[in-house]
Amino acid sequence: MAAEKDTLLAGSVKDAGMGGLVAFGLFSLMIGMKTEVDIGGLAIEYRWGAVATAVAVVFFGRLLLNLFVWKSERPVTGVVSGLMPKASAFSSVAHLVTPLLFVLAVTLPFLLMYWLGARGSRQYLDLAILVTTYVMLGWGLNIVVGLAGLLDLGYVAFYAVGAYSYALLAQYFGFSFWICLPLAGILSAFWGIILGFPVLRLRGDYLAIVTLAFGEIIRVVLLNWYEFTGGPDGISGIPRPSFFGLEFTRGEGGFAAFFGLDYNSIHRIIFLYYLILLLAMVTNFVTMRLRKLPVGRAWEALREDEIACRSLGINTTNTKLTAFALGAMFGGFAGSFFATRQGFISPESFTFIESAVILAIVVLGGLGSQIGVVIAAVVMIGGFEFFREFEEYRMLVFGLLMVVIMVWKPRGLISTRTPSITLSKGKAKGISADLVQEGHG
Amino acid sequence: MEYFFQQLINGVTLGSIYGLIAIGYTMVYGIIGMINFAHGDIFMVGAFIALILIVALGITAATPLLLLILALVLVLVLAMALTAIWGWTVERVAYRPLRGSFRLAPLITAIGASIALQNFVQISQGARNKPLQPLISGGFSLSDSVSGGEGFAVQISYMQILIIVVTVLLMAGFTLLINKTSLGRAQRACEQDRKMASLLGINVDRTISLTFVMGASLAAVAGLMFLLYYGVIDFYIGFLAGVKAFTAAVLGGIGSLPGAMLGGLLIGLIETFWSGYFSLEYKDVAAFSILAIVLIFMPEGLLGRPEVEKV
Repeated sequence: MAAEKDTLLAGSVKDAGMGGLVAFGLFSLMIGMKTEVDIGGLAIEYRWGAVATAVAVVFFGRLLLNLFVWKSERPVTGVVSGLMPKASAFSSVAHLVTPLLFVLAVTLPFLLMYWLGARGSRQYLDLAILVTTYVMLGWGLNIVVGLAGLLDLGYVAFYAVGAYSYALLAQYFGFSFWICLPLAGILSAFWGIILGFPVLRLRGDYLAIVTLAFGEIIRVVLLNWYEFTGGPDGISGIPRPSFFGLEFTRGEGGFAAFFGLDYNSIHRIIFLYYLILLLAMVTNFVTMRLRKLPVGRAWEALREDEIACRSLGINTTNTKLTAFALGAMFGGFAGSFFATRQGFISPESFTFIESAVILAIVVLGGLGSQIGVVIAAVVMIGGFEFFREFEEYRMLVFGLLMVVIMVWKPRGLISTRTPSITLSKGKAKGISADLVQEGHG
Repeated sequence: MEYFFQQLINGVTLGSIYGLIAIGYTMVYGIIGMINFAHGDIFMVGAFIALILIVALGITAATPLLLLILALVLVLVLAMALTAIWGWTVERVAYRPLRGSFRLAPLITAIGASIALQNFVQISQGARNKPLQPLISGGFSLSDSVSGGEGFAVQISYMQILIIVVTVLLMAGFTLLINKTSLGRAQRACEQDRKMASLLGINVDRTISLTFVMGASLAAVAGLMFLLYYGVIDFYIGFLAGVKAFTAAVLGGIGSLPGAMLGGLLIGLIETFWSGYFSLEYKDVAAFSILAIVLIFMPEGLLGRPEVEKV
């Protein structure tokens, strides 16, 4: 027993030592020497302390992991995961959590106003709007990635098309938000079909790269077509939405005057919050209903196995196109909401990173899980804002989290799947992650 | 005509750099069938390592020629070794645990790794771009029409010659490595059938790791060349260069080494001619469009084999 412990310790130290050595190789230059622009060329600032810290972190981190998790007979994680609720337990809880979350989302502005007053709740409402926008984008992308199993790395293109459609229609024709919203959705769906049509016969990762290319093409065109889109200057002065014709302005004919309230700028924020909440709920509702229709069943069948799908006579091209177009349409809705909320858009808001964030929300939340998207959006976007003071580190942490969560739980945080049809009339039980197999993606 | 030749030389130079990066994509895709999305950022890390080494060793244009050559060789070897560690680590941390998982999982960790690498470099080395004084200047003038007043002198700089020569040498070396050594044989075996290869006693994990190491070290060479040629780098160069090199790999036929080089040259030429004759702003659109067109109409590329989808 003692000898075994010794070999365990020795092995762990050796392994950790190797880890430390690799870490030294990695960080000695990249952290230890920082090139600084100096007079007459570049100079180097040495930071050996930081390298020592980084190497020590890797060494001791690996040592502890080796001793207590990887090589241990009773891993600490086993104890921890024993305390955590089982994945299968979650699906029964989800029935309770989902309505609770919905009620919370609906009453949120009033709760905030009650506790913090108009002034204090403004930043939280702004954050809630941001999170809900990402929830909506996540749900839109979930149709493409989660249900139909098509990896789309250029989703932000449709978000951009929606935003620019509204901004340009308002600028050139003076259309109001409520006319533009459906138009923006239709235009985005149209673009989804145009871009989707040629690429959809590609397999998983090729499709991913082509969608990425299309996303970048749209951004570069927006950036360089100066006469039409304003190029890098973007479009400003985008009109705000009205509440059934009532503007959120001070004085006669405004929203506050009509309802006999004192004018407060928070009214507009609350209105915007409900607007995006409504849009998001519509997205969710449509998705959930579509799942039960033949086309939704075809999406999921396609995700599981494309070849089997084709042998059963499903038109895979049409199935993929509908998923692509619908996902794009919801992206377009979210885009025009984004334009009207910001009042200003530029190509800067539609970079690849944005696509990656939305994709991360979908994937980390659990592919195909609607509630997973909500949780991931709240945690990630909320977390981003929470760690505002560590601004420069947050994308680094984001990237690392994407890797770590994927390695730890390749099917996302909420990986149980609710079958859309069951044999018995009884309650549908979630299918745990280890029972589902992914097809060709 | 002179303008055409000048663009041709520039295009071949740029194409060599893309080709070196493209080899990394094509080898990894050949062996494990995944797009190593972080490879462009490995190239960027390689460029930074080369920059740090050059500044740390105090190499300037004033260094005597012989010493300069020795120092650059040293920088090249060190940068290749250190970048290889980065490539190895990314594979070990982000891809190996997901082997056998569903197809999109490693692609997603690859995107995560790419974002993490970019931001790591942004934090550790600063977001500002790093200019480097040119180390190798001068070149040949291939036509004398400039004396006539009208014409346009075709220049080929020593730097361009260096890039092309180094690329050709490395390409020859790697082709030999793949075709003649036992490591190359193991790689080709893994490419054909990983399970069978492991049954025949090939350490598949080690072979895949070495593939990443080779790809990363070639990317480091490309990084050094990029740094010396353009003289300025920042933490974001990996994204565009990566996408273009990937396009090159696909165009040449993914999984094929000569294809990657050919694709790299073609992409370099297309990009240079596009910006020389049409518009500078849309040169990235040209590269992206080629990627889309090739994937849609000719997914097996110029020199690749068509992939048969099996049930």
